[in-house]
Amino acid sequence: MSLVIANGHVVDPASGLSETMDVLVADGRVREMGKSLRGDETLDARGLVVCPGLVDIQVHFREPGFESKETIASGSRAAARGGVTTVVTMANTNPPIDNAGLVELVTRRARETACIKVRPAACATKGMKGEELTEMAELREAGAVAVTDDGRDIRSSAVMRRVLEYAGMVGLPYLAHCQDEDLSDGGTMHEGRHSMLMGVCGIPREAEEIRIDRNIRLAELADARIHIQHISTAGGVQIVRDAKKRGARVTAESAPHYWSLTAAAAMGFNTHAKMYPPLREEEDIAAIIAGFQDGTLDNIATDHAPHTRAEKDVEFQLAPFGIIGLETMLALTVTHLVKPGHITLERAVELMTLGGARVCSLEAGCLRPDGPADVTVFDPEEQWTVTLADFGSKSANSPYIGHTLTGRVKHVFCDGRPVHTDNR
Amino acid sequence: MAGTTHAVWTRKDLVGIADLTREEIEMVLDAAPQFGAVSQRASGIKKVPLLQGRLVVLWFHEPSTRTRSSFELAAKRLSADTLAVASSTSSSVKGETLHDTLANIEAMRADITVIRHSCAGAPHLLAGSHRSHIINAGDGRHEHPTQALLDCYTMRESVRRRTGNPDAVLDGIKVAIVGDVEHSRVARSDIHALLKLGAKVTVCGPSTLVPRELERYGVGVTHRLKEALEDADVVYSLRIQLERQAKALFPSLREYIKLFRIDAESLKSAPDHAIVMHPGPINRDLELSAEVADGPRSVILQQVTNGVAVRMAVMHLLANSGGAAR
Amino acid sequence: MTPDKDFEVESTVLMDRDALAATVRSLALAICDANPDIGELALLGILRRGRPLADRLAALIGEYTGTTPPVGSLATTMYRDDVRTGAAVPLLKGETHFDFSVDDRTVLLVDDVLAAGRTIRAALDEVMDYGRPRRIQLACLVDRGGRELPIQADYLGYSIATGADEWVSVRLRETDDEDAVLLLRQERRAEMND
Repeated sequence: MSLVIANGHVVDPASGLSETMDVLVADGRVREMGKSLRGDETLDARGLVVCPGLVDIQVHFREPGFESKETIASGSRAAARGGVTTVVTMANTNPPIDNAGLVELVTRRARETACIKVRPAACATKGMKGEELTEMAELREAGAVAVTDDGRDIRSSAVMRRVLEYAGMVGLPYLAHCQDEDLSDGGTMHEGRHSMLMGVCGIPREAEEIRIDRNIRLAELADARIHIQHISTAGGVQIVRDAKKRGARVTAESAPHYWSLTAAAAMGFNTHAKMYPPLREEEDIAAIIAGFQDGTLDNIATDHAPHTRAEKDVEFQLAPFGIIGLETMLALTVTHLVKPGHITLERAVELMTLGGARVCSLEAGCLRPDGPADVTVFDPEEQWTVTLADFGSKSANSPYIGHTLTGRVKHVFCDGRPVHTDNR
Repeated sequence: MAGTTHAVWTRKDLVGIADLTREEIEMVLDAAPQFGAVSQRASGIKKVPLLQGRLVVLWFHEPSTRTRSSFELAAKRLSADTLAVASSTSSSVKGETLHDTLANIEAMRADITVIRHSCAGAPHLLAGSHRSHIINAGDGRHEHPTQALLDCYTMRESVRRRTGNPDAVLDGIKVAIVGDVEHSRVARSDIHALLKLGAKVTVCGPSTLVPRELERYGVGVTHRLKEALEDADVVYSLRIQLERQAKALFPSLREYIKLFRIDAESLKSAPDHAIVMHPGPINRDLELSAEVADGPRSVILQQVTNGVAVRMAVMHLLANSGGAAR
Repeated sequence: MTPDKDFEVESTVLMDRDALAATVRSLALAICDANPDIGELALLGILRRGRPLADRLAALIGEYTGTTPPVGSLATTMYRDDVRTGAAVPLLKGETHFDFSVDDRTVLLVDDVLAAGRTIRAALDEVMDYGRPRRIQLACLVDRGGRELPIQADYLGYSIATGADEWVSVRLRETDDEDAVLLLRQERRAEMND
């Protein structure tokens, strides 16, 4: 059974392709890309963008241990709705993924229940305690594509150095959650005028910036790759820019909420605007956008963090940090980056596909003959209002419910199988 | 200016001063004297039937005698029934959510729920989804609206007495708030209220305890007491808490006293007519000297008396304005 | 009662300035006749217009007997029986204020118009919360009927039965720049043709 995705605007960042053409898919792979192709079935993609399946290298699927928030199955459905065909799952589950057996658990559960590709990251330190190294070589063999203690930073600089050295040897990138826990202690949102008005303890930008700097320098010392996760500050972007200039092997990402919302979103004690790092201010948004423009930032990742309604419907300072993001990533990118003209559509696709794939050396993020048929088709002009019906996740902790966005995922194929079709 | 206000109260709850308009604040201040008169009745019954048959629940997660007593007395003077739910016996200690505890209280047909909680935003969480009128009696560091209302009422009465003008307002009045502003819900509510009423506010305290962001809102920030008191019409002293010392927020009480205590010596920098206020309870000789606390400039006891009148006014406005989700 | 803006209000003078003054005088005389011991009398005017009326009565009583009884004001707003109906309660008509004790006195409530009787009921409750008068009496300028409670005036100036669209307006120079009692009737304006 072959399928021709016809007349779409095909964008493949790896090859620089950006033109109207057909894509022929069969037996799970892309067979051909060209004009006037023929196949058993045809999907009319006129007016739509056809790009590699999106790649999100920071998601929390909560399995094992927190299945009421999300499972690998529901998380993959959320991903499919968002046009994401490959995810890298974080390791702060319960128990945390710090041994090969647990990595195998995740890959098995993914094989059994996930409709898209799930690649696990594993912990860098045992139990995420920041003290002893995990058996990274074995973790890699079991299928881990990165190491990270995401959810936490590694407090001891000495231990972080060794983590980076060892991960470097094993060939796994370290995905760095940068947070000075002393400076951010007790804080629940950005330290600024909104936290002052709300009477809640704030988290200054320095809590992130100081550790971004430290972690990059230790990576340089260790001659290892490091990837800076979820940057929220202008200072953070600049630190990465300077590091890249001096040749450090660093990559960096930011999440859609950091360039579409500010700390003002938390006013009224809105727990759907509570996450770490926190939403900042307009000048940080501008700096992040500039980071996408000049290549300082390599990819967009959502840090999809589901929490149940009961968990979020509590006092602001008691609510867990995090929001979901898979289903809105593409629309937010189109609405806030492409439509206002900050970056081109092609660059946006790159940030959502190849950028993340490269960080973790994944076979994903490209559209080429003989490559896997992971394809996302979206309408870059369609406007829609976010409702609960748009979420595939078990959780609905999103600050975008009720927002009207531009850019809608229409068809998603993973290994040639249709995993999502927009039914609106 | 009695007798001519046409404003109508429309809010279901009182969760903060930040949302109130100047007009709404003045509605409470203008209504307070009548309610104060009830408590002043020389003979006869110190009650009016405005909340007769209604149930006021006092839900205090944080221990508090004075604020709770003030609300209880205010409710009783309005002929309401009161029920106190103490934090140590409430189900929240047993892991019940805030929403569920409030629903249980509402099952008792509470008309007004007065809530004090250690988490900022707790009243907001409840106000939107529950039937009873919610009054915030203090939520973490965020707001303590009835305190600000009674403070402004006390300040206004003092200005009216001093100038002999029964219609005097707080516009242009200079208020110095001294102490741990960062952790003070009283300071936040007072600042909101005073700015809306046109007063000029200066805050003074150690740099570790005074948020600089206040300058954005036109509030003066200084770390020198003399400067703050120089032209102050009102000196508002905040309570200093010993726990802050342990968290590296200031080195010692000794140094705090030396730099920021309001006493006869430091008050020399203030104009003769300046009044001294404090939300209570006072740490005598710590942030405020006993001499000044008991002295002629202090209106601290009037604040307490006014507190009952203001809380009566608030409860009446909330419960009897027809703007409820009944 | 405020008229709707789509209605025209027709007014008839029931009492002009002189008639009103004469009525107040005869009320004062009746009060003196019924109260041999003026010393134990105290007047409470129900705001707004009851107070200036009470002041006038007290002055006349003083003229006739040599003893001027004390006068105070009663706001009654906090004793209304409609607080729970959800109607917006008007905040201030002024405040209850008087400088005498009501215990063992003859307290004379003074109001301009008596209609349903609910205001007087509220006034009775309010006075009783201040103490225990020996007697409470009521002096009204006009009774316009429409009683909803079993209340009557002890001293009454003028009585008139009013219909649904009618009401009585008392105007006093202290509050309205003139002395008069008017009967006001509300008539629907003629329909405009499309």
